[in-house]
Amino acid sequence: MWLILTALAAVAATIVWYIKSPGDKYKLGILSLMLWGATIMWVVDHIMAFASEGGEFFELGTNATMLGVAVIVLALVAWALTLVITDPKGVLKKIFNK
Amino acid sequence: MACFLVPAGEAVVTTVVQKVIEHQGKKGGEAKAAEMKLKWSKRLGWLNIMLWGGSLLLALEHIWHGEIIATPPFLTAMQDATETSIMLHEMATVGVAMAVTITLIWGIMILVAELKSRTAKVKVQPVRGGA
Repeated sequence: MWLILTALAAVAATIVWYIKSPGDKYKLGILSLMLWGATIMWVVDHIMAFASEGGEFFELGTNATMLGVAVIVLALVAWALTLVITDPKGVLKKIFNK
Repeated sequence: MACFLVPAGEAVVTTVVQKVIEHQGKKGGEAKAAEMKLKWSKRLGWLNIMLWGGSLLLALEHIWHGEIIATPPFLTAMQDATETSIMLHEMATVGVAMAVTITLIWGIMILVAELKSRTAKVKVQPVRGGA
């Protein structure tokens, strides 16, 4: 389930990034690439596990769904930290210079 | 088990390479070469974000599944020799496959970006000749 949720978040982030392009003032490209990186890695992991062990391709259930949500939250936290550190709009700079 | 450590290791290497290229590009020198270095530094940045971001999110999954712990040896698979050998095998197969797939997809992204930029340059070039 976390693979599906991460892939959905990656698609959503990419669409928003495209709508806001050009410029990428909010660094949505970073969020998008981060989520795509994890999605690709999990696709490879799932395919290889399915090929060697069989069983269900997607793990469904509450625990897997909660993991998916936690993954998206962590990606958003990492993106927010990037925004705060790089301050692309100069918001923090203005606050500290007051 | 610890498959994400392979892409994370690749991320360390590509980040160092990116920083070196970026430094060389900013140092100046021939304008065209410096511009090219900065362009490649930006492109390597895409790979870095995918590798670091993916590794970070996969690390969370491993913590969630109890495969990473807060105390040494940090990986539960390293507490037992048999488990360690399974972990190393998984890193050599799944981990390497992850790193290779991400790099291949990045390669396709670079190819598309390069083709697009070349097409754009051709369109921008002024028409020569005429009456």
